[in-house]
Amino acid sequence: MCASGKYGSRGPALIPRMKTKHRIYYITLFSVVLLGLIATGMFQFWPHSIESSAEWSLDRRSVHDAPLVRISVNSPIPGRGDLSCRMHTCFDVYRCGYNPKNKIKVYIYPLQRFVDEVGVPISSTGLSREYNDLLSAISDSDFYTDDVSRACLFVPSIDVLNQNSLRIRETAQALAMLPRWDKGMNHLLFNMLPGGPPDYNTALDVPRDRALLAGGGFSTWTYRQGYDVSIPVYSPLSAEVDLPERQPGPRRYFILSSQTAIHREYRVELERLKDENGEALLLLDKCSNLSQGLTSVRKRCYKGQVYDYPQILQESSFCVVLRGARLGQATLSDVLQAGCVPVIMADSYILPFSEVLDWKRASVVIPEEKLPEMYTILKSIPHRQVEEMQRQARWFWEAYFSSMKAIGMTTLQIINDRIYPYAAHTYEEWNNPPVVKWSSVNSPLFLPLIPPRSPGFTAVVLTYDRIESLFRVITEISKVPSLAKLLVVWNNQNKSPPEESLWPKVAVPLKVVRTKENKLSNRFFPFDEIETEAVLAIDDDIIMLTSDELQFGYEVWREFPDRLVGYPGRLHLWDHEMGKWKYESEWTNEVSMVLTGAAFYHKYFNYLYTYKMPGDIKNWVDAHMNCEDIAMNFLVANITGKAPIKVTPRKKFKCPECTAIDGLSLDQTHMVERSECINKFASVFGTMPLKVVEHRADPVLYKDDFPEKLKSFPNIGSL
Amino acid sequence: MQAKKRYLLVSVGACSLLLAYLCGLQIGEFHSQNRAALYGLSQVPSFPPRWPEWVDPPLQTYLGEAEQEEDGPLLLHQHTSPRERREIQKNIYKSRRCRMDTCFDFQRCERGFKIYVYPPQKGEVPSESYQKILAAIEESRFYTTDPNEACLFVLSIDTLDRDQLSAQYVHNVRARIQSLPLWYEGRNHLIFNLYSGTWPDYTEELGFDIGQAMLAKASTDMDNFRPHFDISIPLFSKDHPQKGGDKGFLNLNNVPPLRKYLLVFKGKRYLTGIGSETRNALYHIHNGDDIILLTTCKHGKDWEKHKDARCDRDNEEYTKFDYQELLHNSSFCLVPRGRRLGSFRFLEALQAACIPVLLSNGWELPFSEVIDWSKAAIIGDERLLLQVPSITRSVGSDRILALRQQTQFLWDAYFSSVTKIVLTTLEIVHDRIRTHMSRSRQMWNSLPGGLYALPEFSSDLSLFPFYYSTLGKSPPQEFTAIIQALTPLQSQQQPIFKLIHAVAKSKFCVQILVLWNCEKPPPPRNKWPSITTPFSIIEGKRKTMSGRFYPHQAIKTDAVLSLDEDSVLSTNEVDFAFIVWQSFPDRIVGYPARSHYWDSGKGRWGYTSKWTNEYSMVLTGAAFYHRYYHHLYTHYLPMSLLSMVDQLANCEDILINFLISAVTKLPPIKVTQKKQYKETMMQQGSKASRWADPDHFAQRQSCMNSFTSWFGFMPLLHSQLRLDPVLFKDQVSILRKKYRDIERL
Repeated sequence: MCASGKYGSRGPALIPRMKTKHRIYYITLFSVVLLGLIATGMFQFWPHSIESSAEWSLDRRSVHDAPLVRISVNSPIPGRGDLSCRMHTCFDVYRCGYNPKNKIKVYIYPLQRFVDEVGVPISSTGLSREYNDLLSAISDSDFYTDDVSRACLFVPSIDVLNQNSLRIRETAQALAMLPRWDKGMNHLLFNMLPGGPPDYNTALDVPRDRALLAGGGFSTWTYRQGYDVSIPVYSPLSAEVDLPERQPGPRRYFILSSQTAIHREYRVELERLKDENGEALLLLDKCSNLSQGLTSVRKRCYKGQVYDYPQILQESSFCVVLRGARLGQATLSDVLQAGCVPVIMADSYILPFSEVLDWKRASVVIPEEKLPEMYTILKSIPHRQVEEMQRQARWFWEAYFSSMKAIGMTTLQIINDRIYPYAAHTYEEWNNPPVVKWSSVNSPLFLPLIPPRSPGFTAVVLTYDRIESLFRVITEISKVPSLAKLLVVWNNQNKSPPEESLWPKVAVPLKVVRTKENKLSNRFFPFDEIETEAVLAIDDDIIMLTSDELQFGYEVWREFPDRLVGYPGRLHLWDHEMGKWKYESEWTNEVSMVLTGAAFYHKYFNYLYTYKMPGDIKNWVDAHMNCEDIAMNFLVANITGKAPIKVTPRKKFKCPECTAIDGLSLDQTHMVERSECINKFASVFGTMPLKVVEHRADPVLYKDDFPEKLKSFPNIGSL
Repeated sequence: MQAKKRYLLVSVGACSLLLAYLCGLQIGEFHSQNRAALYGLSQVPSFPPRWPEWVDPPLQTYLGEAEQEEDGPLLLHQHTSPRERREIQKNIYKSRRCRMDTCFDFQRCERGFKIYVYPPQKGEVPSESYQKILAAIEESRFYTTDPNEACLFVLSIDTLDRDQLSAQYVHNVRARIQSLPLWYEGRNHLIFNLYSGTWPDYTEELGFDIGQAMLAKASTDMDNFRPHFDISIPLFSKDHPQKGGDKGFLNLNNVPPLRKYLLVFKGKRYLTGIGSETRNALYHIHNGDDIILLTTCKHGKDWEKHKDARCDRDNEEYTKFDYQELLHNSSFCLVPRGRRLGSFRFLEALQAACIPVLLSNGWELPFSEVIDWSKAAIIGDERLLLQVPSITRSVGSDRILALRQQTQFLWDAYFSSVTKIVLTTLEIVHDRIRTHMSRSRQMWNSLPGGLYALPEFSSDLSLFPFYYSTLGKSPPQEFTAIIQALTPLQSQQQPIFKLIHAVAKSKFCVQILVLWNCEKPPPPRNKWPSITTPFSIIEGKRKTMSGRFYPHQAIKTDAVLSLDEDSVLSTNEVDFAFIVWQSFPDRIVGYPARSHYWDSGKGRWGYTSKWTNEYSMVLTGAAFYHRYYHHLYTHYLPMSLLSMVDQLANCEDILINFLISAVTKLPPIKVTQKKQYKETMMQQGSKASRWADPDHFAQRQSCMNSFTSWFGFMPLLHSQLRLDPVLFKDQVSILRKKYRDIERL
């Protein structure tokens, strides 16, 4: 079809320039082709349309088409839910199997219309809009399978969201009739409004054997921790009303109560609070004088004044969510949507998704008994924290409350996490809003450790062909007490390294690795030969560093093993004129990078550099033969959130007469290129991770009036 | 001719297009048929691959109009009032269904979280472990000797071992508990237990009715566990240290993090009875190469009677490997259930930085209420033993690195001593009592851990010194200077005047407080230097040394600059130290440094103020630190240490160094300074200075040893570096330097 469409659009442009004879020919040919296509199409669809309708026109159907199933009076009823059920006792984990994606497969039973013997449906509403949304979200997700034999979790299409619309006994019988029911094993039911008058049980009353229950009003006594899932009571207003996110901050009211069905006893308490604290509280109720209908849901009143609901919720810092007859309240969803911090007063209530969500960050839970103290308790919360909570509340709504899809997917993910706990989402993934995820730093080397001195460090010398200076560097480094091994990275493919006998004699093992290509990134390759955690990266022309300076550098690294600890300090600056970053190698009062021409760092960063460098930075560096050191500084600062440490005053590395900018760095174009690197890397990282500091590390007694021979590191060069 | 060719070409083209289209259809059909056949769908047209869109009739919302009414006040009022409902619940949900709401008397805790331990039973010595538990409570800041002010009660009857076959089993517990005058059916009581039940079933039976008491129990089964009421504690041996505790084995992060062995286990195998299944099956995944799972049948009296075909071979293998060697060299350690759900292997693995792989279905993990175990362990399923090798192999290097570090953090924060286990238990209960002022999950699961992060300080994490980077924030650019004044004001020449001027000039200083610890009344404001920085005088209630670290309300900034009245500092020095502190907000950053050393001759810790190549303390006569440490100093440390400091009027600076190093596990930071602080003062022998006192030094020595004994270990750590301005004493023009005054003498 697509091909012919293209032809059609091209046709008119071609035709006018042709001769009539040709034109006729083309038109005929085109018509023939078109007719052929139509005919084959008809042939394909027409004769098979009845049997293959499920395949081809599944999109839109009538509920009346769903098969009718009659339940006989004696049809078996499942046992009551077993309160002791846990994943390891009532859930058949073998059905889920071990799969590399660590994803459970969920099957949805096809829709059936269950009726009793006299033809009365088991539910007054049948399939609700919400449950339909939920099922179609599941069927559109990665969890879904249409293969019942591969499924790990089964979701009945019998809608039990609202117990009030159900005939309990018949619903239970219908469940038991499901082909794979098997005592409810691995079946998941969604229920938001459990119980009914007068006692309002806190879990669905429909007998359901071992089925898992995703319930909207669990109390601590009905909730089977680690088995059931506590879900929100969905508020249909979520879909109806679009409340734009408001910036967190102080609001017009401090506390707002918007629920209409608050018990008289509590309303009296709230009114007393209002009398004490005045304007800070707004107590809304139903509007008595408005005409009934849809609008009454969207209006609230206080002393004749009418407010729009849920918009008014955005005007308050805290919003009261009191229990009603049931523990779960749809109001919670509205309140979160408005970015108002919910004050939840529902003793024994299991908060929605409490298995994974940290409600302490988004709400205040107060025992019902403490209602009179609510104002004082809320006043004690610092402003900054209230703002955090407002942001968090809104984010919880967006991620987990805003639609039936969000609720359904969260439920499945929670169950998935239990079945594959080693691949589960982390606390941070569940709870950190995107803005925090983006800005927060979780260093991979977070444990405060001061590694022992004894393993020493491995010096990795990158060299090309400067043999003489290389040998001088090797001789100097070999005097450092904590040196464990020397590794020479021979980056010259055209020339072999000198014979073994020519190398300086050193006390530690010396190893030469030849590289396949002359790439700068070779210096950061995690060679197996590096057996210590501490690595000293050093250029083959850094001959000025003394043994004391190097040993001291190693000691400093031990105190900061998660940082780059180096000798040449550099700085990045914001160039206001050009509106971009600039590289600075002058001797300044600040440092934000240390160059890896002479720096200690943890071997871990070799792995990061080689395998986890973001974007195309690695290739870019190799192609430009420059900035590998800047890239390393970006990488480390980005992942640890910490600045490097410049050690000792040393600023000249190659010769005493050298200026600050020596060797390669002399070149003006080189400097321009390094500035470019900073801008390039900052854009790849999406931020400027480098941190500026004004300190450097010196030995404790450096330049102190103290006998030199008693100092641990007397030989610290002055420049 | 040309035209003909063209016709031909176009015709062929058109035909091939048609053919291709037809083929496409055919293939498509083949595919769908194939799939249908495969899944057995072709016969059952009502199984759609995707959930259909139901259009007719329009679907109704689940929350009908009626729903609003149902929840309405009219209907509600026919039922019990909330108050009555709460009363009813309290009567229904008791004993096995206890929750804090129904079985705990919160009113008893309104005057604070105080714990009473019953007096010891006459002529009875509790087990070693229980003595340690009681000692930990008695040394804690919650302990009270007055039952009337107690919120929580702890028995003196040893209930740790409830295995009737055990020698430690205490008889008649039931009757003895009932006779306790304050028992009240166990309300507000906390009962500790390590072993319950006995051979062969090892049920959770304790042999007495705990009533409404909370149970802090090892090896808890989820079935009997009352969520948010009971507490699952780890199983620890009788050799577990009372305080301090051994460090974790990890002292550096190896990369790549995989160790010689992937997975190890060494332990008993039960030939019969409960808990035998998992351990009996271990040999299936033992491969003798990187998965070493060793079991022995040789335990108990009559093992040979039950011995099976594999016993001899297993026993032989068992002796070939050293357990410690395995622990140190394995990435993962299997922790299968024993007779009971928890086993000693758990804490051993945790300490050894060997990531625990838990195979103990139904085990409520230790402190599961607050600890996120998925960050430190692999939680397996006994039914899926055979998947364990592939699961452990699939864990990536970064994850191993993170899990391993977390084991060390958790070990050190909550498990390495009996005191830590007990305090964690108590703090969990404490958190439940004041829910709106309790620790968040982040506080429990990240450094420095829940015992050092006190929620009374603030529920806002960004006000603590520990969480700036995880929150993506940095410390605010302002500080408060607190000057401790001991001598009355006499002349404008006094160092304190200079000091106030120097500090006030710092652009980061937003507030100067003088802590008036002098017996005379403080001079009026006009006697003090006139500065624009907000300046105030606060008088401690008790004019004591500890008062200097009291969390005064007046301190509004995160950073505090603590000063002695005779400190000599320039504005440059203050600015520089503050800039450094911003990089290390959890540490002390200051000028005068001191060191400790082990005096092996005397067998105790020594204190030195000599100039040395390393230091471990930075004195608070001139130092920046986070305001939170005032709170911690005052509310975390026991009265015994605080009053010792007050009586001696000495050592408060050593104590805060101990505290901060214990929290951070890091040394303080010394920054450079123009003059050697205090040393000059001491030489001058300034009369007012307490430094001139000859006893002063000896006291500090003994302080160190008292502090070490309370902490249970020596928290101080040495540093060999000093942080100087980048161009400090460099031979470059002074004009280039930002901190010039530091170099001028």
